[in-house]
Amino acid sequence: MTRWLNTQARRVPEWAVWLGGALPLGLLIFDTLRQRLGVDPVAAIEHRLGRTAIYFLIASLAVTPLLRLAKVNLVPLRRALGLLAFGYVVLHITAWVVIDMGLRWEQLLRDIVKRPYLLFGAGAALILLALALTSSAAAIRRMGGSAWKRLHRLVYVAAVLTSLHWLSVGKVWHPEAKFWGFVVLVLLGVRLLPRGFGSRRGGNKSVAIQ
Amino acid sequence: MRPTWSDVTPEAIWLNRRALLRGGLGLGAAAVLAGPAAALSGKASKLSTDATPNTFEEISNYNNYIEFGNDKTTPATNAQRLKTEGWTVAIDGLVDHPGTYSVDQIAPENALEQRIYRLRCVEAWSMVVPWIGVPLGPVLGKAGPQSAAKFVAFESAWRPDEMTATPGLYQFPYREGLRLDEAMNPLTLLATGLYDKPMPKQNGAPIRLIVPWKYGFKSIKSIVRITLTDKQPVGTWQAMQPSEYGFYANVNPAVDHPRWSQATERVIGAGLFAGRKDTLPFNGYGDEVASLYTGQDLAKDY
Repeated sequence: MTRWLNTQARRVPEWAVWLGGALPLGLLIFDTLRQRLGVDPVAAIEHRLGRTAIYFLIASLAVTPLLRLAKVNLVPLRRALGLLAFGYVVLHITAWVVIDMGLRWEQLLRDIVKRPYLLFGAGAALILLALALTSSAAAIRRMGGSAWKRLHRLVYVAAVLTSLHWLSVGKVWHPEAKFWGFVVLVLLGVRLLPRGFGSRRGGNKSVAIQ
Repeated sequence: MRPTWSDVTPEAIWLNRRALLRGGLGLGAAAVLAGPAAALSGKASKLSTDATPNTFEEISNYNNYIEFGNDKTTPATNAQRLKTEGWTVAIDGLVDHPGTYSVDQIAPENALEQRIYRLRCVEAWSMVVPWIGVPLGPVLGKAGPQSAAKFVAFESAWRPDEMTATPGLYQFPYREGLRLDEAMNPLTLLATGLYDKPMPKQNGAPIRLIVPWKYGFKSIKSIVRITLTDKQPVGTWQAMQPSEYGFYANVNPAVDHPRWSQATERVIGAGLFAGRKDTLPFNGYGDEVASLYTGQDLAKDY
C-alpha cells in the first residue's frame, strides 16, 4: 500500500500541483465574476485567499510527518506547496491593501505596528518571502545544504505566526482558526518525536504513556 | 395568558383561507399565508438620514446574531427556527407600572415611524438601514420610571432549543444596557420592521433596539426584558472582554479597538474598489447626542 502510494506520488509531476493549486484562485475569480460572494465580497475575497494560503502551508508542513509516520514520500512536491502558500499570501495581502484598506497607506502602516494580528501576519509573510526567494536549487547550492535547512526551519515560526494571525483577527477566537491552529501544533509536535518513532513494531514503547 | 387581538386571526383572512382551500392556490396565497403583518409602514421622520439605504437582501443576509452562528451568513438560515408568535416583553425594575406587554402594545401600527439610520459595526463596516419602529423614550415613559432609575438593562431571548450558539463561548442570554438619558434620546428606537416588512428574524425579530450613534452590538436583538435600574448594567461583550468593549461603545474614530483601528469603515454594498470612508464621531449623530457626554473623557468611557 505504502509502496503503491509512493509510486503514484513519484508520478505526480510538479506542474500538476501548480495546476491544482491554481484551482482555488480560479474558483474565487469565477465566484467574484458571478457575484456569488455574498453581501461583503471584499471580506470574502480577502478571507478565502488567506485561508487558502494557510491550507497550502499546512499541506507543506504535513510532508515530513507523512514521511516519518506513514512512509509516504511527498518531498518532491513540497517546494510547490510552499510556493503556492506564499503566492496566496501575496494575493491575500494585495486584497487587504487594495480592496479592504483602499490604499490608505498611512492608516495601514500605523495599523501594522500597532495591531498584534497584523504584526503576526507581517512576520509570517516576511519569513515566507525569504523562503520563497531561496526556494531554487541554485539557492540551495549557493547557501550550502545545512545553512539552507536552518533558514527553512523558520517555516515553523511562520506557521505559528499565521495561526496567531487568524486567531486574533476576529471579535472572538474563530472555531476554524482554533481547529487549524491545533493541526499546526500537531504537525510541529510530530517533529519532536524521536527519529525512529513508528518505524518498527513496538517502536513506541520508549514513549509509552504512564 | 389571555389572547390579545394580535393572536386572533381576522375573519376576512379566515374566510380567505377557506376560499383558497376550495379554489386551489391563487395569486394571493403567499400574502395570505404569511399572515396579517405581511407589510408594515411608518411615518417619515426628520431624524432619518438622506443616505441611500442598503438593499433588503444585503441587510437581511449580513448579520451578527451570535445566538444563530458566528459568521455573517448563517443567521439568515438558522434564525428561521425562532418562534416569534405571541412574543411579549417584560418591563420591570424601578418603574411604577411593571408588566408584560405584547409587541403590538409596545409598537402599535399607528405609532410606527420609518427611521433611516446609519449603522456602524465595531468590526469597522457600515450600512444604512430603513428601520420601522417607535422611539423607546415614550415606551419607558408609559411604564413610569422612578426617580432612582438611572440605567436601562436589556435582555435578549435565550432559547437553546431554537438557537444554535456554540455553548460555553458566551454567557446567554445576551445583555446590553444604556444610561437612562441615552435611552430617552429621540434617536433611540425600538424597531419591529425594516423597509416595509416585519423585522426579519436574523435582524432581531420581533422587536429590537436601535442606538445609531453606538457600535451595532449595543442594539440588542429579540428583546424579552427591559429593566430600569440604579446600577450600570454589564453587556455581554463587555463581560467577555472589558478591555475591548466598554459600557458606552460610542462610535469614535479617535479611540481604536485594541486590535484594530476605528478611524475608517468599509461601506457594505459599495463595490470591490470603493475603498473606505472616514468614520464620524458618534457615527455622524454628534449634533443630537454629543451633549449627553459633556464633561466625560470618552477615551476612558469607551
